Amino acid sequence: MNPAPSIVFFTTASGAGYGLLFWLGLLRPLGLVPGSQGFGLTALGLALVLITAGLLSSTAHLGNPQRAWRAVSQWRSSWLSREGVAALGTYVPAVLFGLGLLADLPGLTAAMGLLAAAGAVATVYCTGMIYASLKPIKEWRHPLVVPGYLLLGAFSGAALLAMLGGFWGDGAVPAVLALLAGIAALVVKNAYWGAIDQAPPVATAESATSLGFIGKVRPLEPPHTETNYLLREMGFRIARKHAEKLRLLALAAGFGAPAALCAFALLVGGGMGAAALTLGAVLALGGLLVERWLMFAEATHTVTLYYHGS
Amino acid sequence: MPEAPTPPLTPDRFHAPSARPSPDPRVDYSPSVSDQVKTTTCYMCACRCGIRVHLKDGRIRYIEGNPDHPVNKGVLCGKGSAGIMTHYAPARLRAPLKRVGPRGSGEFAEITWEEALETATSWLRHVRETDPRQLAFFTGRDQSQSLTGFWAAQFGTPNFAAHGGFCSVNMAAGGLYSIGGSFWEFGEPDWDRTKYLLMFGVAEDHDSNPIKLGLSKLKARGAKFLSVNPVRTGYSAIADEWVGLRPGTDGLFVLALVHELLKADRIDLEFLARYTNAPWLVVRNPGGADDGLFARDEAGKPLAWDRARGAIPAETADLSPVMAGEVTLPDGRIAYPAFHLLAERYLGAEYAPEAVAERCGIEAGRIRRIAAEIAEVAFDQAITLEQSWTDVWGREHATITGRPVAFHAMRGISAHSNGFHTCRALHLLQMLIGAVDTPGSWRYKAPFPRPIPPGPGPAGRGARPNTPLAGNLLSFPHGPDDLLVEEDGTPLRIDHAFSWEAPLGLHGMMHTVIGNAGKADPYPIDTLFMFMANMAWNSAMNPGEVTRILTEQREDGEYRIPHVIYSDAYFSETVPYADLILPDTTYLERWDCISILDRPIGSAHGAGDAIRQPVVQPDRDVRPFQDVLIELGARLGLPAFVREDGSPRFKDYPDYMVNHQRMPGVGPLAGFRGADGSKVGVGEPNPDQLQRYIENGCFWRDHIRPEQEWLKHANRAYLEDAKAKGFIGKSDQIVLQLYSEPLQKFRLAAEGHGAKQPPEHLRERVRRYCDPLPIWYAPLEQQGQDLAPFPFSAVTQRPMAMYHSWGSMNAWLRQIHGANKLMMARSRAEAMGLAQDDWVWVESRSGRLKCQVALMEGVNPDTVWTWNAIGKRAGAWGLAPDSPEAQRGFLLNHVISEWLPAQMAEGRDLRLANADPVTGQAAWYDLRVSITKAAPGEEGITSPHPETLEPPPHMPGSPDILRYSVKTPA
Amino acid sequence: MTCLPAPGAKKLGLVIDLDTCVGCQACATNCKEWNTSGHSAPLPDFKPYAAGQEGVWFNRVHSFEAGEGEAGRTVHFPRSCLHCETPDCVTVCPTGASYKRAEDGIVLVNHDTCIGCGLCAWACPYGAREMDDDQGVMKKCTLCIDRIYNENIPEAQRQPACVLTCPTKARHFGDLGDPDSAVSRLVAERGGQPLMPELGYNPVNRYLPPRKKALPPNAPVEDAPTPMDIRNPLLRWMDRVLSR
Ligand SMILES: Nc1nc2c(c(=O)[nH]1)N[C@H]1C(S)=C(S)[C@@H](COP(=O)(O)OP(=O)(O)OC[C@H]3O[C@@H](n4cnc5c(=O)[nH]c(N)nc54)[C@H](O)[C@@H]3O)O[C@H]1N2
Ligand SMILES: Nc1nc2c(c(=O)[nH]1)N[C@H]1C(S)=C(S)[C@@H](COP(=O)(O)OP(=O)(O)OC[C@H]3O[C@@H](n4cnc5c(=O)[nH]c(N)nc54)[C@H](O)[C@@H]3O)O[C@H]1N2
Ligand code: SF4
Ligand code: SF4
Ligand code: SF4
Ligand code: SF4
Ligand code: SF4
Ligand SMILES: [Mo]
Repeated sequence: MNPAPSIVFFTTASGAGYGLLFWLGLLRPLGLVPGSQGFGLTALGLALVLITAGLLSSTAHLGNPQRAWRAVSQWRSSWLSREGVAALGTYVPAVLFGLGLLADLPGLTAAMGLLAAAGAVATVYCTGMIYASLKPIKEWRHPLVVPGYLLLGAFSGAALLAMLGGFWGDGAVPAVLALLAGIAALVVKNAYWGAIDQAPPVATAESATSLGFIGKVRPLEPPHTETNYLLREMGFRIARKHAEKLRLLALAAGFGAPAALCAFALLVGGGMGAAALTLGAVLALGGLLVERWLMFAEATHTVTLYYHGS
Repeated sequence: MPEAPTPPLTPDRFHAPSARPSPDPRVDYSPSVSDQVKTTTCYMCACRCGIRVHLKDGRIRYIEGNPDHPVNKGVLCGKGSAGIMTHYAPARLRAPLKRVGPRGSGEFAEITWEEALETATSWLRHVRETDPRQLAFFTGRDQSQSLTGFWAAQFGTPNFAAHGGFCSVNMAAGGLYSIGGSFWEFGEPDWDRTKYLLMFGVAEDHDSNPIKLGLSKLKARGAKFLSVNPVRTGYSAIADEWVGLRPGTDGLFVLALVHELLKADRIDLEFLARYTNAPWLVVRNPGGADDGLFARDEAGKPLAWDRARGAIPAETADLSPVMAGEVTLPDGRIAYPAFHLLAERYLGAEYAPEAVAERCGIEAGRIRRIAAEIAEVAFDQAITLEQSWTDVWGREHATITGRPVAFHAMRGISAHSNGFHTCRALHLLQMLIGAVDTPGSWRYKAPFPRPIPPGPGPAGRGARPNTPLAGNLLSFPHGPDDLLVEEDGTPLRIDHAFSWEAPLGLHGMMHTVIGNAGKADPYPIDTLFMFMANMAWNSAMNPGEVTRILTEQREDGEYRIPHVIYSDAYFSETVPYADLILPDTTYLERWDCISILDRPIGSAHGAGDAIRQPVVQPDRDVRPFQDVLIELGARLGLPAFVREDGSPRFKDYPDYMVNHQRMPGVGPLAGFRGADGSKVGVGEPNPDQLQRYIENGCFWRDHIRPEQEWLKHANRAYLEDAKAKGFIGKSDQIVLQLYSEPLQKFRLAAEGHGAKQPPEHLRERVRRYCDPLPIWYAPLEQQGQDLAPFPFSAVTQRPMAMYHSWGSMNAWLRQIHGANKLMMARSRAEAMGLAQDDWVWVESRSGRLKCQVALMEGVNPDTVWTWNAIGKRAGAWGLAPDSPEAQRGFLLNHVISEWLPAQMAEGRDLRLANADPVTGQAAWYDLRVSITKAAPGEEGITSPHPETLEPPPHMPGSPDILRYSVKTPA
Repeated sequence: MTCLPAPGAKKLGLVIDLDTCVGCQACATNCKEWNTSGHSAPLPDFKPYAAGQEGVWFNRVHSFEAGEGEAGRTVHFPRSCLHCETPDCVTVCPTGASYKRAEDGIVLVNHDTCIGCGLCAWACPYGAREMDDDQGVMKKCTLCIDRIYNENIPEAQRQPACVLTCPTKARHFGDLGDPDSAVSRLVAERGGQPLMPELGYNPVNRYLPPRKKALPPNAPVEDAPTPMDIRNPLLRWMDRVLSR
């Protein structure tokens, strides 16, 4: 699948934003992150900026962005619509959470924080489900895709929260969470990649053409000698060895290194710690971009069976 | 026998009126399709399907097949359905052009029609007043040869032909000299009844949609379809059996089938006795002037040996002929029935399956099986229809028996230098099993059959200033006396057709015109006048050489060919090589005539012809070429084109279509003749004729009666009717010619008999190839060279969705075929270390080109092939110069030589065309090549890559996005 | 509404005969020609006269080779929307622009509400959806909904453009929900196949497989004929009494 930059950015940014919102909404009522108004508002602000930038970027992918509002209408069947509903819905508690912070209303803040956290989970879950429900793409229709989305959101969100916490002098809890989530992401992604490498195809050139009873099916001539929408959109395929390198990069620099930096920050604390957490957050986001890009680049669509055969 | 009705268009009616769909605000179920519908005839290829053109607000909404039309019965092919884009292509020429820069530079200025016509007239008048032979008038993919040929004869030049010489004259000549009809588009399998169709070398053919419709009938009936073709695509893909033989070996394969049938005595001896010249007596007198000629009586009638009466005219009604054995004629000469000679020859061991298997690449057992299948279907599954008919001898028959084995063949046979004989071998096979115009077999399309050979020999002798040539320039030699040669054997025509180089060059040899003109062989040409032929590109063998000659200058600075006039409708590769461009209309803008005198649209059920009517008006300064030609004829004062007072005889082409009479009562259109439109074939001009055609869907078809349908060559009712309609001169039996006496006459001349003698250097060639019975020989191109360095045969195929070069300006078709690759067997490629899409050099003895390969299973392993004419010259056709057509497309023509190797080796100034030695048919498919992987860094662009062409002035720019729709404003 | 309607009785669709399709592309170009001024007008073409030409087509004809050697076959293969019974292309659509009609099963896109998100194209395993990058909306085969019910068209012609034009009559249109319809009978007789059944979209369109070719065994190779063999037939014919 074609890794459209707008979509790669969208899932990375809003994933991190929702992760941040989730942890903030959850941890602040529990008092596990700095309690200052400044911290709360900054973290919330960053989360909303990331979420909103991501959502806006995703509309760049649309042929008719001015009609984007229509996308919330089909929540009964469409995960994309549900994602839209959840995303929009999450703004309500998130904004009220902010108001609670501003007005210093702990009850409201706690309630809205927890609601926003729930909204964030729901939204990221929907995002994951958009991909996981696409039957023609075996790399997406995999049980680890949704957990992966949730985990990576949690990981990047925690890394960001830890960074902010570091600035406010206490990023320990989120740093621990980021550390754990980073390791989990490492394990899950590794398992996912191993699994999709082994996964049987969802269909074959033989079943796509119904000609398998004759023998192996090979394309002779395509319907058009140049490219087309389908090929540009679904025909993108990254070479195996490049993918291997990028996977390693994502694992090492994107998940492993931030986790290690979190551990380091937990040990040293203070300014060094904050710096390490900042670097960790940046690396996590960078790693995520790579991972998301791979998520598309490695995904194969059954339509290519018609063009490339097996 | 009425034609089987077209299957109902819809198998079931899901929409009973009660089941109207419920309203849906998102769907307009019943938009109005158009505000006007006009019928006319498609011309995205030469198949001539009937179309209905829907117009909305003056723009073309939709072109659909005319369900009532006899050719296509409502269907359209991939090209015909893309007609809108051909019509609106930005590559269309806009106005007459005159060359202002050097030839080939493409520097043109737009001029008025008056200036264009006056320029052409002044050049042509000079030629006509001095030496009319110095006009070479050659036309390409056109369907108005009855007009253009007539015009050339009126002008007084022998140098006229259409493109048939490089197209399929082998099929025309092979058929017309054997059975008085031919494959190509002049005959058809009995699609409704045949049980076994053997198709040889067909990718698409001119009968494009009829073949497709026919194949679907075969499939629906479960009849067997066998395709002989080195490549398994298109029709061959759906064949029940694919025989992937080596190119150029069909003749051997067919003669091996003949061998088998003879050996097993599975032949129709009665058919041969009644309908062919098998019983005619052939004189055996080795060394004598009559050797190999038919024994004839005083009246010149061929003799046969009757069991009771001895030598009597073969036409005798109750003849009981002896078919084999030696006879002594009353005058003491020895003779054999033609059948004897034939059987003797083909029973020879060299035609046994084992002897040919290796060469053909077909296992001997398979050849035997196929022969047995043919015999089984022809004789054990014969069909008899309860249909009475009367034969030429006046005898009534209550039934008609058919041999339901049909054959069809085209350029896979004809584009070889042994194609004429291969085609004859196929007709021989048909005759042997009695499968000519019977139920289930191959059938004549009226107005065929014609006498064998038809009509008098070709006109062209004695060209004189200001004097028309009487007769047909392209006609049928009966022997050496009909050749167009000087006393010493020098050709009279610039293309050398009808000379000893190509005695049966029936369609001329357009492929040699420019080369010969370049060498002034036999004389120079002043004006080359071409119409609708992309001679500087895909219709040239070796386009590089053709463009070199077109731009070559003499010592005095004048061009070798001083004037080139060309009519095209688009900016093709040939446009820059002309001095004067006469821009044509599109097929939707003009009147045209699919004439009974030319290439009519008859069927087995009756003759037919058709017209084109303008359905839209030109929006630019272009004129129909036929109108222009008629006006030039008038300006030049060609007798048939002016009245006594010198004023133009015809206003325009439609006027000519209606009022021109070739012979009294016979004109371009056979339908609706006579003052009231009631006459068929012969009748005085009908002023309402075109209106009647339009009312009838722009076509006319005759319906012969059921008793006239079969064995037309010997069917009295048919022959008399055909004579009355002016299709044939006499209603005599048309005796099918297994043994060809005209060929023997050429051979005798080569053996030293008669006044007309071939020049020495051609004597052996004429003797060898003018064999009265079909022979097989290795293609000429392959005889004179060491084949080891060139292990592959290379051929092209027509893509179904592209018509030669003229589809690349079509925005839809060029998406389907924007570039081409060289296709080869996966096994061979892998053994050579070649992978899909690798770049390779393809080398022949005469040149090399670079392209990409693609690997496949269904191809003869010793054969490579590509789609024809997809490669384009950069800049042409209104395409951006970096278009894939020019970057990754290529023409195989660049490595095909127009001359044979042997003559070059002789070191004399003697060039023989790379062509069939009998007919002059260009031998495109004799090519042999080698393939080597291109060096690193050579990938990415095909070679040769001639300079980018500059468009003529004021050509419109091309849009980045095309949103063609009549729903949106223009 | 992008929830799928309850399955209706009528399932309009195409049956494509891979045993007779010769790959002529007529269905592809005729479809383009009809539809570029039809329900989904226009079907734009990009860089139509330059490098990288491409356009919106509702029907594309591939060719494949299946198997090797004598048993192998070349198969031409038109590909268009299969009007699936349970297609995700409809359910994934966030706007409701993509819908399946309850009354005849036709899957359509409402171009007035489509946002061009492309998700339905991802969800279609068959590559049947075509983005119009000019208008930013998804387009696809409409089963010629503006022909098959069109009262301005003669009844016999109320069929999809691709079906009417197909020169080998390899395309058939009808109600596959009615077991007695001609198309259903054809599918039953010829073993019509759904594509990628494993994905569970339940395509309505069916492909009739190429008929299996059972070639009779080749006759054994005989020895080269002897001179007697050559002479004998001639003698036979010499004595054959023929009469006209
Ligand atoms: N390698 C290889 N070469 C071949 C062949 C092959 O099989 N292999 N086949 C050969 C054969 S059989 C043939 S017939 C030739 C065909 O080759 P050509 O006769 O050259 O045919 P086209 O390229 O179709 O078109 C000729 C010209 O007609 C112009 N034209 C189109 N429509 C109109 C119109 O309405 N009016 C006018 N005035 N002009 C128009 C086109 O723009 C084009 O320039 O190619 C030959 N060349
Ligand atoms: N779509 C489309 N239709 C056309 C045309 C076009 O350009 N496009 N051109 C028209 C013209 S001008 C013509 S002349 C006709 C020609 O119509 P066809 O005769 O169908 O033309 P070709 O494409 O030359 O097909 C030749 C076939 O013979 C095969 N072949 C090559 N060598 C041999 C051989 O030695 N033996 C056998 N058995 N087969 C062999 C090739 O693989 C190919 O399949 O088509 C006409 N119709
Ligand atoms: S075969 Fe196709 S291009 Fe040729 S005349 Fe018929 S519809 Fe037109
Ligand atoms: S073929 Fe594709 S677009 Fe058509 S209904 Fe099925 S899933 Fe949807
Ligand atoms: S592209 Fe249009 S039809 Fe397809 S899912 Fe998106 S909104 Fe729906
Ligand atoms: S049914 Fe209509 S829209 Fe669909 S492929 Fe056929 S012609 Fe095109
Ligand atoms: S029109 Fe018919 S024969 Fe031609 S490609 Fe389409 S289905 Fe095949
Ligand atoms: Mo041709």
